[in-house]
Amino acid sequence: MAEPADKPPRGGDNRPALALHVPEPKSRPGDPVDFSDLDIGEPGKQPRPDEGAHPSEMTDLAYGLVRVLGEDNKAHGPWDPKLDPDTLRTMLRHMAMTRAFDERMFRGQRQGKTSFYMKCTGEEATSIATSMALASDDMVFPSYRQQGVLIARGYPLIEMINQIYSNKGDKLKGRQLPIMYSSREHSFFSISGNLATQTPQAVGWAMASAIRGDSRIAATWVGEGSTAEGDFHSACTFATVYNAPVILNVINNQWAISSFSGFAGAERTTFAARALGYGLAGLRVDGNDALACYASQLWAANRARANKGPTLIEYFTYRAEGHSTSDDPSGYRSAQEREEWPLGDPVKRLKDHLIEIGEWDEERHAAMDRECAEEVKETTKEAEKNGILGHGLHQPFRTMFEDVFEELPWHLKEQAEQATRERIKKFGEKGPNR
Amino acid sequence: MSAETKEAAEETAERRINMIEAINEALDIMLERDPDVIVMGEDVGYFGGVFRCTAGLQEKHGKTRVFDTPISECGIIGVAVGMGAYGLRPVPEIQFADYIYPGLDQLISEAARLRYRSAAEYIAPMTVRSPFGGGIFGGQTHSQSPESLFTHVSGLKTVIPSTPYDAKGLLIAAIEDNDPVIFFEPKRIYNGPFSGFYDRPVEPWKKHPQSAVPEGYYRIPLGQARHVAEGDELTILAYGTMVHVAEAVAKEKGVDADILDLRTLVPLDIEAVENSVKKTGKCLIVHEATRTSGFGAELSALVTERCFYHLEAPVERVTGFDTPYPHSLEWAYFPGPVRIGEAIDKILKD
Ligand SMILES: Cc1ncc(C[n+]2csc(CCOP(=O)(O)OP(=O)(O)O)c2C)c(N)n1
Repeated sequence: MAEPADKPPRGGDNRPALALHVPEPKSRPGDPVDFSDLDIGEPGKQPRPDEGAHPSEMTDLAYGLVRVLGEDNKAHGPWDPKLDPDTLRTMLRHMAMTRAFDERMFRGQRQGKTSFYMKCTGEEATSIATSMALASDDMVFPSYRQQGVLIARGYPLIEMINQIYSNKGDKLKGRQLPIMYSSREHSFFSISGNLATQTPQAVGWAMASAIRGDSRIAATWVGEGSTAEGDFHSACTFATVYNAPVILNVINNQWAISSFSGFAGAERTTFAARALGYGLAGLRVDGNDALACYASQLWAANRARANKGPTLIEYFTYRAEGHSTSDDPSGYRSAQEREEWPLGDPVKRLKDHLIEIGEWDEERHAAMDRECAEEVKETTKEAEKNGILGHGLHQPFRTMFEDVFEELPWHLKEQAEQATRERIKKFGEKGPNR
Repeated sequence: MSAETKEAAEETAERRINMIEAINEALDIMLERDPDVIVMGEDVGYFGGVFRCTAGLQEKHGKTRVFDTPISECGIIGVAVGMGAYGLRPVPEIQFADYIYPGLDQLISEAARLRYRSAAEYIAPMTVRSPFGGGIFGGQTHSQSPESLFTHVSGLKTVIPSTPYDAKGLLIAAIEDNDPVIFFEPKRIYNGPFSGFYDRPVEPWKKHPQSAVPEGYYRIPLGQARHVAEGDELTILAYGTMVHVAEAVAKEKGVDADILDLRTLVPLDIEAVENSVKKTGKCLIVHEATRTSGFGAELSALVTERCFYHLEAPVERVTGFDTPYPHSLEWAYFPGPVRIGEAIDKILKD
């Protein structure tokens, strides 16, 4: 039977041998870090095209970096959204709250109160400033690192914690992995653990909104690593073909678990430049600059609302913490990276800006941090009254069989009875979860 | 187990390792022996995989033999098909079986049928490794057992080890196999067997006789079941994590069960199944995957077709429920001792 030859076929021996390129980040654990080759550009120098501009008129913006906040802590240039101080303080508070929330939930996981958690430290602006630029009823299709969107939309913290603890109060009935929130009331789509699946879904929602003559637009967030998934490319194609009123936000935090952005193609071009081949508008933005994040999202939202088309925005940022509670970044990247990251910390940059314009001070900031920590702590205590995951089975067993279908078919009825029988055998009539 | 490998196992009975280490050794040996073997997948290179199965391999074998890939399962499997067509033996890792779906078309329509459609001009000799199954609080996207999707595909082999010894020998055989193999690793028992009586912690492999793993090369041919226990009262067919749960339940109940660890679902060791059921006249099938159209249905049909006149009771199935994997109720979902015990009682009553 025909099997391939033992040795693979080889080209002529007198021709040069080919070599495979496997990307390698510039530093690994123990290495010094050098970010000097990053071309981050001067704040305020990037042009702000008309929101209806044709993508071909703005290719430079897909390779540059839209920036507003300068080293001098002032806002510069045409992308300055000129927000009033109250809005800026609200933004800062949401960011501080998100950080306080992450801190406590991370600790909760370590204490065995839940199975899993993911922080967004360093990326707060990419979810909070961006969602503040959207209308509250615009539909969002986030990934798992956009807890800031919920916080900015005023979703009750206790609901988030109930979900994380999979406890009695969990509106998702203990079915989802922690942080995989869902809130239709807040126009927040149910989060999937399967990467990038939300991107074509966001496009579909936006298309539907256009079909119906609605005025709401959609936005989605996806990690730079996940842009390698086919779903993302399908999303781009559909978005451009139907001129869908959608914003595709790519959060380039440099790392996808242990794989640096080079494994998604970052060595050759930018993620914003992916837009160009599809005919989408593409913007590359300083993701640690809350004002730039806000301004670019608003630009894209106005564009979508005016039926001028979809936008792909790359937020250039840095994942300051581990990928999740299950990983230890010191195993694959230099510990120095976080400190050397040239775009700073988004919370600090916004704080410094507010102080610079005379609308904030260190004392108020410290007090706000304390308030946020206190609020999260109190809310956590409140949520713990509903139970923690470590204590197990909070949901009645029958809930396991609800919502598989609208109506319970015979085989699931049988299985539900089985589960109840098992519970009684295991725990007795008075056992948990009747 | 050949006499030779048995001897080797006995000789090194003191060297006990867990399944992760056994898999790592199999990959290491195959990378060493065969320059055509390539290991790739999300995070498998420098970091050594999220479960550490490929730890140290890139450092030892170089980064064109062991490397990270883009997060693109259809890319990973599609690229492996091309590499196989060239003559390499790729061993791609899909980080969790739950994420194999974006690569399904490449696996089902391409890899599995390449030999057939090209009249064996091209083959896809690849081994797709993927941790599967629940019991680690992984929620619905880190807990699925999708094996029956693959056994339904012509041209794919499906392998599921239940011990470190088997994991190493089966993985080596899978890599050497000229057909595409899907190799599901029960992540619940990566670190130790699991009786099912206690939610956690697992009993570490260090204490378990089946984790005596010889150093160096050995293979366990695909298509051969393992006799876990000899008995006359009933046959229990299981694979992966459920082998250990079934064994513990039978022991606890004092039932004289003939327990078969299938080890490969396709090709199936039908002879071992038939011999056992004909001996005991009763058959219980245990798997963690959802019930409807699960592999248990196939096994039940086979047993009924081939052993009908020997059967003294209807064939029973113990499975996961037909719901998505629930995060907080996973211990109610998991086919544990109560469910298996009830089924045993029912069969033995008949
Ligand atoms: C389809 C799919 N493949 C693999 C995974 C496993 N996984 C979870 S997160 C992750 C890395 C994602 O990185 P990126 O998109 O850059 O987002 P980030 O975590 O950096 O925010 C991987 C590989 C998954 N969840 N889904």
